[in-house]
Order: sequence, then structure tokens, then C-alpha cells
Amino acid sequence: MSQLLSQVFATLSALLLAPLLLGWVDQSRAWLANRSGPGILQPYRTLHKLFNKESVMADTASPLFRFVPYLIFGCMLLASAIIPTLSTDLPLARAADAIALVGLFALARVFLALAAMDIGTAFGTLGARREMLIGFLAEPALLTVLFSSSLIANSTALKTIVNKVSQNEFTIYPSLVFAAMAFVLVFLAENARVPVDNPATHLELTMIHEALILEYSGRHLALLEWAAALKLFAYSTIGIALFLPWGITGGMDPQRVILALVFLILKLALLGVILALVETLSAKLRIFRVPEFLATAFLLGVIGMLTHILLGS
Amino acid sequence: MLNGSPLNWVLWVIAVWIGIGFLGIVALRRFGVVAKVFFPLGGVVGVALAWASARALTSGTAETATLPIGLPQLQFHLRLDQLSSFFLLILGIASVGISLFSAGYFRNGAGTAPGLLCMEFHFFLASMALVLIADDAYAFMVAWESMALSSYFLVTANHKMPKIRAAGFLYLLIAHVGAIAVLLSFGILQANTGDYTFANMRLQQISPFWASVAFLLALFGFGAKAGILPLHVWLPEAHPAAPSPVSALMSGVMIKMAIYGLLRVCFDLLHIQIWWWGVLLLALGLGTALFGVIFAAVQTDMKRLLAYSSIENVGLLFAAMGLALLFRSYGMNTLAALALTACLYHVGAHAFFKSLLFLTTGSVLHATGERNLGKLGGLIRFMPWVAWLALIGVLASSGLPPFSGFVSEWLLLQSFLFTPGLPQSFLNMLIPVAAASIALIAALAGYAMVKFFGVVFLGQPREDKLSQAHDAGFLEKIGMLWLALSCLVLGLAPNFVLHFIDPVTQTLVGKGLAHSGSANGWWLLTPTSLERASYSPVYFLVGVVITCALIFTVVRIFYHGRMRRSVPWSGGHTWQNARMQDTAEGYGQPIRQIFESFFDMERHLPKPEESEPEYKVVVTDKFWKGIYLPIARATEFVSAQVGRLQQGRISIYLLYSFLTLLITLLLVPGVSR
Repeated sequence: MSQLLSQVFATLSALLLAPLLLGWVDQSRAWLANRSGPGILQPYRTLHKLFNKESVMADTASPLFRFVPYLIFGCMLLASAIIPTLSTDLPLARAADAIALVGLFALARVFLALAAMDIGTAFGTLGARREMLIGFLAEPALLTVLFSSSLIANSTALKTIVNKVSQNEFTIYPSLVFAAMAFVLVFLAENARVPVDNPATHLELTMIHEALILEYSGRHLALLEWAAALKLFAYSTIGIALFLPWGITGGMDPQRVILALVFLILKLALLGVILALVETLSAKLRIFRVPEFLATAFLLGVIGMLTHILLGS
Repeated sequence: MLNGSPLNWVLWVIAVWIGIGFLGIVALRRFGVVAKVFFPLGGVVGVALAWASARALTSGTAETATLPIGLPQLQFHLRLDQLSSFFLLILGIASVGISLFSAGYFRNGAGTAPGLLCMEFHFFLASMALVLIADDAYAFMVAWESMALSSYFLVTANHKMPKIRAAGFLYLLIAHVGAIAVLLSFGILQANTGDYTFANMRLQQISPFWASVAFLLALFGFGAKAGILPLHVWLPEAHPAAPSPVSALMSGVMIKMAIYGLLRVCFDLLHIQIWWWGVLLLALGLGTALFGVIFAAVQTDMKRLLAYSSIENVGLLFAAMGLALLFRSYGMNTLAALALTACLYHVGAHAFFKSLLFLTTGSVLHATGERNLGKLGGLIRFMPWVAWLALIGVLASSGLPPFSGFVSEWLLLQSFLFTPGLPQSFLNMLIPVAAASIALIAALAGYAMVKFFGVVFLGQPREDKLSQAHDAGFLEKIGMLWLALSCLVLGLAPNFVLHFIDPVTQTLVGKGLAHSGSANGWWLLTPTSLERASYSPVYFLVGVVITCALIFTVVRIFYHGRMRRSVPWSGGHTWQNARMQDTAEGYGQPIRQIFESFFDMERHLPKPEESEPEYKVVVTDKFWKGIYLPIARATEFVSAQVGRLQQGRISIYLLYSFLTLLITLLLVPGVSR
């Protein structure tokens, strides 16, 4: 019962923290650009506005198109529920190890691309093609990152990885250094951030994620936006679980869970600032440079695995 | 005969299939009878085959028999063991769906008479079943060749088109070159005893050198059938040429016969396994898989795309088998069992999803008359059944949870990651690189499949006539539904499937996963232990479905469900049309750019001043120019030289006879004295 409670608490906190993280990143970006910014609660207001609006559906949309936002939201919520954020004792976490988690993200991506192709506009297909391009480059890179960690813990279960890394006092694993560098690159690409994509653009030559969801409006768009926020949250927590797991508790003692929540919020705040800084300091890449960017991530991940095998740690 | 033992059942099934084949000859032109009676009957018999082989698998003993067919001293030895039963199970299940689909698919007057097609189709099925139960080289080769011949005639069903005849010839040629290698391999395995039964081969202790030669010959022979690099060229030619149910049968089931053959030789007939065999298989497999998936992503013909995707999957199967062989050679039997389970799981997964996808292309082809991706689109509106069933196949093929392709991919990655240090350090370095490339291949497969589904079924129709497309007929739907359900079972109930794979790995490497796999409940797949890795497709499905339902309700309670239809946003212009969508070429463009060195590309870009601009890009296989054309030229040259001997004058031929006689006399020792 208390396991279930812990699961529900973790899932709800993911659901609510995700837009906040997005708001925090946007606010930090605004501050770095010397603007006052909309405040960190802006994503909630946007979601509320969108849910209230009527949904306008293209004439040519098939049932697939209407069903996809719910599915993607479900996938992202499930992903956030599986990743150990506060406690490693999650009943749902057994359903998927690190590889299955990547599969879950891939499932969401494939459906998003299919939905974008469903309408049959130039924008949608362009977005779908670019998204799948980034996807097939980023997915193996992410897997190599996870492989590096799982070689250390001798397990692909996130719970075991977190326990293994956090129980040690403080060990620097050389393979994890490479893996972390690779992860940062994948993180930027997968969440449609600068330098791969710009979440604030609607310029057809550069947009990727926005082109995919161009035909969505109203509640469907709200769900997709929320799912995007959840994805950012999920990736951040994967990063935390792999590289900064200290503070995640093993049991479900309420005090320790609350403490873990405080730790999590602090780490996310730090991550948000770093993300905003990276986005402010870098320029967007041309789409044809993206494969090189992600191939670097892939190679760094492979080097991480090889380092582990060479050094035995 | 009817004492109910599984082998008898299998023999009866084969007999009925052959019988249906002969009945087809009797009702040569009676289309109605052939389509409405014979093909469904063949499908029903497939159920019996699946049932009998499932029983044989779980009963756990091997059965043997001899059939008094053939020469007086040379009988057919038959044996039904776990490995054969597993592949028979796959054949049985797949044949049900494909036979039912064929009943609705074949149309009158498609080149070959319906009765003849019926005969070829059922002989093909029967010969595949016979390959699986053959227990001597003679029976095996007879069945193997009947399989090649019957499928050749099926490929050339529409033999009036020269292109199809050419494709059939290429297939036949490579099939026979492969068959010679298989025969030679058996020749080595019997080790000069003159006894070609498999039972005898198992007893022979041949030296590592000859074992390696036998392995290499088997690899070449079976690799030619499976489509391993560089013997893959027949697949993308033969599959588009063949009628769709035949493509489904060939791609889904027949190439698995090659996997069966190689497994039989490596793990059963050969008494030793050497580590570099595994490395060779692994490298060849990964190369083939990467090559196949990259080519699949740039194809513009939907059946060619699927054919290249089959090459990719064969590569993955070989990689898994190679890994199993590698572990086996070092005596790591638990890991060998894990890799072998991944291989066998993928055999099943690929058999069902690829058959399903080929069948859907058949329906699309019938409804629209188009195979070219550039002239399709938007079919989900006109053919919803076909589209949604194809989606299941596409998701399974992309290796996405909770579908069937993901389970085998997951098991394969697990077996890569669970290497607790092979004895050779450079092999340890190889494994992560191999795992990373598997991840890349899987992701690229998703790309190719999104292209396939998105361009054919989604978007707006690229031609006007597509809006007249009709959905598949009743029997076709049933056939596809059957295969889709099989895909779903494989995706959602991995522990149930493991019960059928476990006996096979138990007999081949002495270990199995069924016990540890379901140790934590039937819904949770744990290959070794819960701490190491677990995966539960049921949790996945239930989790996503519940969230979807919940969010749907919550949105409607707190907000509303209002919706309005309107024209899509066209960037401010008013004349958006279907031709502005991405074409198949456009969708393949990033792949062509990133993996440019893989292709031989011929590109024509229009100049700005051209009044009728034409954009053309042709991608061809480098292996044609690199290997096949030189071989063809060399063959032509040699035969031209040999041709010089033929002068066409009787006096010259008399001279040849005289010279031959003279040389023979000189060589015979008694005369020269």
C-alpha cells in the first residue's frame, strides 16, 4: 500500500513539477537576456488557456491524429513514473529497465511523427522527417550512455544503478565522465533545445518540434505541451539518477521522501540554470550539422563503455 | 498411422498439403473452388501443424521415423525434435494467416492458372515442413531443392513480364549456388563414413580444421538463402516480383529455414564450436543489418523497402546466433541460452510482422495498382482495416515496446550487456561496440518503418485514383488479423512464448530461460534476476491505456470536448496540395546524405532555367558493380573461351575423340608398356 502511495506521490510530483521546470528555464533565459520574463508559473497559465480553448482539427485528420496527444502524454507520464526521482522503491519501475525506457521515448516519437504526417501538409512531413532524423541519431547515443552506467552496476534496472552509484561515498567513474558529456548532447537534442532546435521559433527553415505539432490546438496542444515538459523533466531526472543520485532515498519513509523532494528541486533548479546558460551562449546549428553533433554524442558514449572495460571501473 | 504422435500429425499435414496441391491440378481453371475451398483448407491444416508441433515441443522427447521413399538402400530418415518443432510451430502459425489471405488475394488470370498456383503454394509449404523434419542429408536436400523450385515458380507467377523472369532467374541461381555449398558441408560432416544420416554426423569427431570448413560452407549455403551480405541481392529483386502472399511466405518463413539449417549444423551436428565462428557471424550479421536498414530507408518501392528490412532482420538473427555461438564456445551456457533465446524470439517476431506487412502491401497493391511510394498516400481513410493492421506490424518491426520486435531486441541487448568478461580481452572490447550498433540499427529501423507507414497510409492521396481504393476482403482481413494477433501475443506475453523456446535452448545448449524468466510472475520478464533487468509489456500497455482514459475523462470533466473541423494551415498560401508533402525520396534524403559512402548514387538536379525541371535520384547497390558484374563478366569470358572448342565441323570433333582416346591409352598403365 505504502509502495503504491510512494508511486502516486512520485508521479503527481512529476506531473506538477514538469511545467514548473519549463517555466524556470524560460525565466532564467529571460533574465540572462536581460528581460524581465513572464514568471515561472507561465506554463501553467498557458496550459489552462489551451485547455479552455476549442480544438480546431484539420479536415484531413484521421482518428490517429486525435488519439496521439493522449498516447504521448501517457507515454511521458509513464516514463516519469518509472524513473526513480524521490525513492527507488517504485512498483512501476519494474515494468521497464533503462532500455525499455528508451523504447518508451521512441514509441512516443514515432507516434508524434506519424501524427505530423497524417495531415499531409509540407510542414508536418518536414517536421516528421527531421524529428526522426534526430531520433535515430539520439536514441543509440542515449542507449550507449545508459549502457555505460549499466556496465558499472551490472544491471540495466535504474533502481540498481541508482543504488550502486549512490551507496558509494564519492567515486569518480571515468566512464561516467564520457557518458555524462554524451548525455548532455543527447539531452539538448531530444528536448528540442538550442543548438539543435529552438523552442521559441516558428521559422519554417529551422523549426523541428514546433513543425510537428503545428496542426494541434486547444486541449490536444495543451497535452502535447505538457508532455514536452514531462519529457524535459524525465530527461533531467534520468541525468540526476545516473550522475547525481545522492539524495534519492531507498525506502519510503515520509521524512526522507520530503527531504529527497527538496534535494530534487534544488538539483532541478541548478540544471535549469545551466540549461538556460547553454542555450543563451550557443547559436543554433544548421540542420545538416546536427548529425555530427549527435555522432559526437554516440562516439562519446561508446568511448565511455570502452573506458569502463579497459579500466575495469 | 493415426496413433496421434506429433510426428505422425506432421506427416499427415504434409500429405494433405501435397494432396491439395494435386487437387489444384485437377481443378486447374476452376478459380472458385481453388480460392474458396483449397486455400482455406490449407490454412486449417496449418492450425493442426501448429498444434502438433506445440505438443511436441512441450512433450520434450525427439521422435524418429523412416519413410520408404527414394532408392532401395536410401530411405528418408525423419526426426522431430525441439528445434524442428519450434520452427514448425512458426511455419504452422504463419501459414494459417497467409493461406487465408491468399484465398481472397489471388485473382483470376494473373499469369499462372489458379490451380497451378495452388499446387506450387502447397508444395512450397509441404517442402518447408519436410526440410524441418529431415534427418539425413538426402531427405534434407530433396526438400531443400523442392522448396527452392516451388518458390521459384511462385516468384515467377506473373511470368509474362521479362523483369519478373529475370528476378526469378537471379533467385534460382543464388539458391542453387547455396545448395551446392550446403551439400558439400554435409559431405564433410559425414567424415568419409558414407552414411549421410544426421545421427551419424552427430557421432563424428572431425578435426577443428574440417569442422571450420564445414561451418564456412554451411554459412555460405544457408547465408545465400537467408540473404546475408554479399549474397543478399536476390531479396530486393524477388520480393517485389512475387505475389504478396508469396513474398510473405518467403520473407516470413522461408528465410527462417536457412536460420534453422545453420542452427542445426552449428549447435547440433558439429560436436565443437570455435570462438571465431561466432565473431564471424556477429560481424557479418551486424554488417548485413546496418546495410539492410540503410537501404530500406532510401527505397521508393514499398515491397523493396520491406525486402531490405528483411535483410536487416536476417542480420540481427545472425548477430544473435553469432553471440550464442561465441558464448557456447567458451562454455558460458547460460549466456548462450540468453542469446539463442533472443535469436529464436526474433525468428518468431519477424515471421509474423514481416508476413503481415507483406500482406498489407498486397492489399494496397490490389486496391490501387501501385507499388511506388511516390504515388500512394492517405490510405488510412479508404482502407482503415489494412492501415491499422499495418500499424501493428510497423510498430513491431520498429522494435517499440510493448510490441514483439522489442522483446527480442531487448533480450539481445541484455545478452550483450551481461558479458561477465570473455576470456579474450579484444572480444570484450568488441561487445560494447556491437551493442551500440544494434541500438543504431534498431533506431534506423524505426525511421524506415515510419517512412513506410507514413508515406503509404498517412497524409493526402498523391494520386486522384487513390480515393477509389477499397478495403481488403473478408478472408484477407481474417488472415491479416490472425498474424496481427500473433504479433500482439509475442509482444505482450513474453513468458508464455519462452515456454516454447525453453525446450529448444535446453536441448541445444543445456540451459533455458523459462524458469528464471517468469520467476517474478507471468507478467514480468526477468531473464536472470529482478535486480539485473526486468521488463513488463503488460504494465506498459495497462499504464498507457489507463493514463489515456484518465486524462481523457479529466479533460472533459474540468474543461470541455469541443472541436471544430477546418482546413489545415498552409503557411498563408491558399493552394496547398498533396504534392507538397514529402516524397519517399525526400524522406530518404537525410539517410542518403549521412551514409553517402554506402550507396552508388546517380543524381540529376534540375537547373534553374529548365522549363520542365526533373529531379531524379537513383540509388544502387555497390555490391552489383563490385562483385556480381565482375563474376558475370568472368563467367562470360570463360564460356566464350570454352566456346572456341566448338567449331561445328565433324572432322574437328573426330579429332577430339581421337585425341581423348590417345591420352586415355597413354594414361592407362597396362597399355603404355
